[in-house]
Formats: sequence, C-alpha cells, structure tokens
Amino acid sequence: MRHVIIGAGPAGVIAAENLKKLDPSGSVVLLGAEDKPPYSRMAIPYFLVGDIEEEGTYLRKSADYYASKGIEVRQTRVSSVDTASKRLTLADDSTLDYDKLLISTGATPVKPPIGGIDLPGVHNCWTLADAHKIVERATPGSSVVLMGAGFIGCIILEALAARNVELTVVEMENRMVSRMTNEVMGTMIKDWCVAKGINVLTSTKVGEIQESSSGKPLKVMLDNGNTIDADLVISATGVRSNTAFLGDSGIEVRDGIVVDDHMQTSVADVYAAGDVAQGRDYSTGEYYVQAIQPTAVEHGRLAAQSMVNGHKTAHRGTVNMNILDTVGLISTSFGMWMGVPGGTESESVDKEKFKYLNLQFKDDVLVGASSLGMTQHVGAMRGLIQTAKPLGEWKERLMSDPTRLMDAYLASAQQQSADLSA
Amino acid sequence: MQKSLHIDPGKCTGCLQCESACSLENEGLFNPAKSRIKVFTFHEEGRFVPYTCTQCDEAWCMQACPVDAITLNPENGSKDVNADVCVGCKVCTIACPFGTINYNASTGKVVKCDLCGGDPQCAESCPTGAITYIDSDATGLDKMRAWASKTDNAGA
Ligand SMILES: Cc1cc2nc3c(=O)[nH]c(=O)nc-3n(C[C@H](O)[C@H](O)[C@H](O)COP(=O)(O)OP(=O)(O)OC[C@H]3O[C@@H](n4cnc5c(N)ncnc54)[C@H](O)[C@@H]3O)c2cc1C
Ligand code: SF4
Repeated sequence: MRHVIIGAGPAGVIAAENLKKLDPSGSVVLLGAEDKPPYSRMAIPYFLVGDIEEEGTYLRKSADYYASKGIEVRQTRVSSVDTASKRLTLADDSTLDYDKLLISTGATPVKPPIGGIDLPGVHNCWTLADAHKIVERATPGSSVVLMGAGFIGCIILEALAARNVELTVVEMENRMVSRMTNEVMGTMIKDWCVAKGINVLTSTKVGEIQESSSGKPLKVMLDNGNTIDADLVISATGVRSNTAFLGDSGIEVRDGIVVDDHMQTSVADVYAAGDVAQGRDYSTGEYYVQAIQPTAVEHGRLAAQSMVNGHKTAHRGTVNMNILDTVGLISTSFGMWMGVPGGTESESVDKEKFKYLNLQFKDDVLVGASSLGMTQHVGAMRGLIQTAKPLGEWKERLMSDPTRLMDAYLASAQQQSADLSA
Repeated sequence: MQKSLHIDPGKCTGCLQCESACSLENEGLFNPAKSRIKVFTFHEEGRFVPYTCTQCDEAWCMQACPVDAITLNPENGSKDVNADVCVGCKVCTIACPFGTINYNASTGKVVKCDLCGGDPQCAESCPTGAITYIDSDATGLDKMRAWASKTDNAGA
C-alpha cells in the first residue's frame, strides 16, 4: 500500500506519522513544495522576534527523524493529479503513483487588489522565505505598515512590535480580529495596542502603495487621505486554499476541498486535511475552512485513520478555537463565541484591568466562549463545549458570575465520572 | 505497571500543602500561584477539589504543539514540556480539554504536571491521602478519561 501525502505542513506530518503507526508495512511519501524540512508556519513569529533560529520552526527536530520512521520526504511540487489512474505529475514532469492520497497543501495569502502590491518591500508573512525577507527590512526604528489586523495580522503584529519598529496597522473592519471577537473585546484589544505605542487604524483601507525616491522607499496612501512613509509593507489580508493544481481531477472544491466526515474528498481514496480542507465544524455542523493549527493536526490524524482502517466512526467536526497574544494581552475564542439564535449569554467586563469573559449557552450547554487576559485553564472551555455537558444548576451560577467557569467544569466533569461508574 | 496520581476530593481539607510542594519542586519557591496542581474551593458545599493533568493518552497538547516541545516520558508516561523548545504560542493551552496546561507569562512558556519525574511532590506532601501515586488501574482515571475522550472525534 503506498500512501502519498501532498503538503509537508502540520497536517501532512501528523498524517504521515499516524499512517506509519497504523500501517507499518505500507510506504509513506511526504511531498512538500518548499526547500525546507517540514516546518510550522505558526512558529514563524517567534523566528521574527529572534527567540528561535530557523531550525526552531521545524516540526520535528532531528535531521534523520523522517528516515528513522520510514517516512520518505521529498521536496517537490505536485503539478497535477489524475484520479482515474491514481497518478501524480511532479514539477519535473516525473510521475508518482498512489494507492491512497492525502492532500494537505495548506493555503496561500490572497493578494489585495491594490496598486503597488508587487513592489519590492511589500511582503506576505506566510513562509520561512517571507520571514527572512521581513527580518532584513524590519530593523529597529524602521517604519512598517501592516495591512490587516485579522488573526494572522495580529500574531505578526506582536512579533513586529518586539523588533522595535515604528508600526502602523491598517484594518478595514471597525475592530481588530473581527472573526474572533465581538465589539467590546475587539475594542479592548485595540485600546491595549494603542497604549503600547502601536498606531492602529481601524475602518481604514490602503488605497495604493508607491515607490518613493525621497527618504523611505515606499509611500502608503490611505483612503482617509493620509500617507505613511514606510520601509516595509506586510500584507496579511486573508488566505485561500491551495487547490489550483487539482484542475480537472474531479475533486470537489468550494472554499476548500470538501471532505466528508471521514476526511475523504468527493473522489474515492483521496483525502484532504488542514487549511486546504473544508471539513465539518463541530458547532454549526456546516463545512467550513477553519485554517488553524489544532484543526490541521486533528484532520491529519483522522485522515490517516480512515486511510488505513476504513471509514469506521464518522467524526463530529472540529471546534473552531484561537488563542492570540497582542503585545502581552492574551485573548481566546471558542466555538460559537458570537452566540446562537435563542441562546443566552453571560459576560464579565473589566476594561481597566483588560479582563473579559463571555460565555454563550444554548439551554444549559456551553456552546461558545471568548476571553481576554485569562491564561489559566482556558482549555476547559473547549472541554465543556465539545462534551456538550448539560450544566444544570451551574448554568444559573455562571449567568451571574461567568468567572466560576472552572468550578462549573469540575462539578460537571466529576458528575460525569460518577455517571459513568454508576 | 504504570502509576498515576489518584485524587480523592472527599479527603481534601484544602490545606494547600500540595500547591506549596509543587511550586517548591518546580519553581524553587513557595508560591501556590505557580503550582501545577490547583485546589478548587466550593464554598457552598465546603468542598475542595485538587486538580491537575491526568497524563491522558490522547495528549491533545502534545499533538497540537507546532514545534515538538512536548514529549512522552517513556518511564512514567507523563507528557513533559521541554522549555528550551517551547516558543510560548499557547496553542496547547486551548487544545487541552482539561485546561491543565497553562501559560506562564513571566517565562513566556507553558507549564504542566510532569509527575516530578516519577516522584510527585504533591502526593508526597498531602497529609490526608487525598492525593496518592498508585497503580494506574486502581485510580478510576479511566472514567475521567472516558469522559474526556468524548472530545475525541475519532471515537477511538
Ligand atoms: C505567521 C503565522 C502565524 C500563525 N499562527 C497561528 C496560531 O497562532 N494558531 C493557529 O492555530 N494557527 C496559526 N497559523 C495558521 C497555521 O499555521 C495553519 O493553520 C497550519 O500551518 C495549517 O497546516 P497545514 O498542514 O494544513 O498547511 P501548511 O502548514 O500551509 O502546509 C502546506 C504544505 O503544503 C505544501 N504545498 C503546497 N502546495 C503544494 C504542491 N502543489 N505540491 C507539494 N506541496 C505543496 C507547502 O509547501 C507546505 O509544506 C499561523 C500561520 C502563519 C502564517
Ligand atoms: S506553548 Fe510551547 S508547548 Fe505549547 S504548543 Fe506552543 S510551543 Fe508547544
């Protein structure tokens, strides 16, 4: 049995390891399109800060790790997939046959339709190659404009701030990280960043980027009429799943590759995982590209199980969850943090101390949560959401004091273990 | 035979010896705020519940880590954070459905129980036998794990 994995990010690597574990005699080939050992994009910010060397971003540390596990890693781009003959064509026109295929090619940043987006000094922050270019220009005191204060933008923001650059963030939405915060929390994050000396412009768009011959190499024109002189512009305005190479393979693509509850695509023996996959969301039951590390890992593991053991247990979807550190202020969001129709909400706000907790319920079950300034036991929010444990009398207690979340968790977890032993 | 921590909240009097011992062993100072085991107080019922990592088999924290900073200790089955490798991204803290791996802002790394390398000081210091370190089979941990494994989509 030959398992071929296209894409050597976290989804691909976790899948490769699980495939080898479940099918030791099968062969596993892991293909990546970048000339680096398999690495983790989400470690890039720590490389930018200078906390780690490039090697610190590698998913597995020892040079012979993959070989020792019997996983063959090849650095080559796949240019097309023929699902009828189960054959891949690689960048050098050679071919590779598979019995089972996993597509975990991740995503690529989208290019906003702005004049000057291809100028030198305008970069994405997505690959290690991007990171090296950013490090060159983002020197202390340099002027950096970050386009986009979404999840990825805000993560990079933290790293750039640590490089002591003059940072301006331009976001077209009315708040930061609008896809993981409500207005109260998003505004608190902005206030915090501004207090830390970052120039945050919300409800603002970049109109055009121009080359400049005087002073700084770039001029960033905003739609409010202002211009900013910059050494570096970083574009973090969203990503799109890497599916172009699938062409007429017959594999169904909507926002990403649509997978069923066994991670199989619309074509038999072809699976997809991670940022490229549009898999079931636990909370809504809909199919959605979550594009987060925990989901990539879970998808990779589930896909490997289906590829080896067949389609045994339908999976109920991954919980969308994020944790973000904006210059020292930590925020989280889980599941239906924005609430559900007919649901109830409990909120605790302390703007001065930058503390916030919001719980969303459907009847007496926690379905979503978001927090600011909390670092202890945050995972329990995932636990409560995904086990869908009825909270009973604790629901009312949480309605009057959401910060007793951990007490509610323990009370219901223990109740549950009593139920199980009964 | 692998051993695990067995916690019997019924015996806990809330003396917090475990938190002190844990912080002394792992942080070098008596500071319950830095303890990896935490005693929760239920005032209404006058009940105390010591709580820490169960070293679960699924090890969501370990799987989610983007840089392989959490590894399985083959000797005692604990999942240990290698602070030199951890970048402090905190993804493990949201992935763990128990909430037992936590970020420490002063070091920029995460901390979790590592069973003190096989000689857990919380159990050692507990005067009432509420925390004991015994053969895994006898701990009832399986039930807690069964509950948590509802979080596992694959359903095993
Ligand atoms: C700066 C940054 C910070 C982030 N921070 C966080 C965070 O804090 N929390 C979080 O949850 N997520 C974060 N993310 C997102 C997270 O990194 C992704 O969700 C995760 O990397 C997805 O893993 P993946 O394996 O699906 O895809 P990727 O990691 O994108 O890997 C895709 C792989 O496919 C390869 N590939 C692509 N096309 C081809 C082809 N045609 N042929 C062969 N190989 C191909 C690529 O080279 C790569 O190896 C961050 C991302 C970035 C960029
Ligand atoms: S915080 Fe450290 S241990 Fe946790 S996932 Fe990130 S790098 Fe790994």
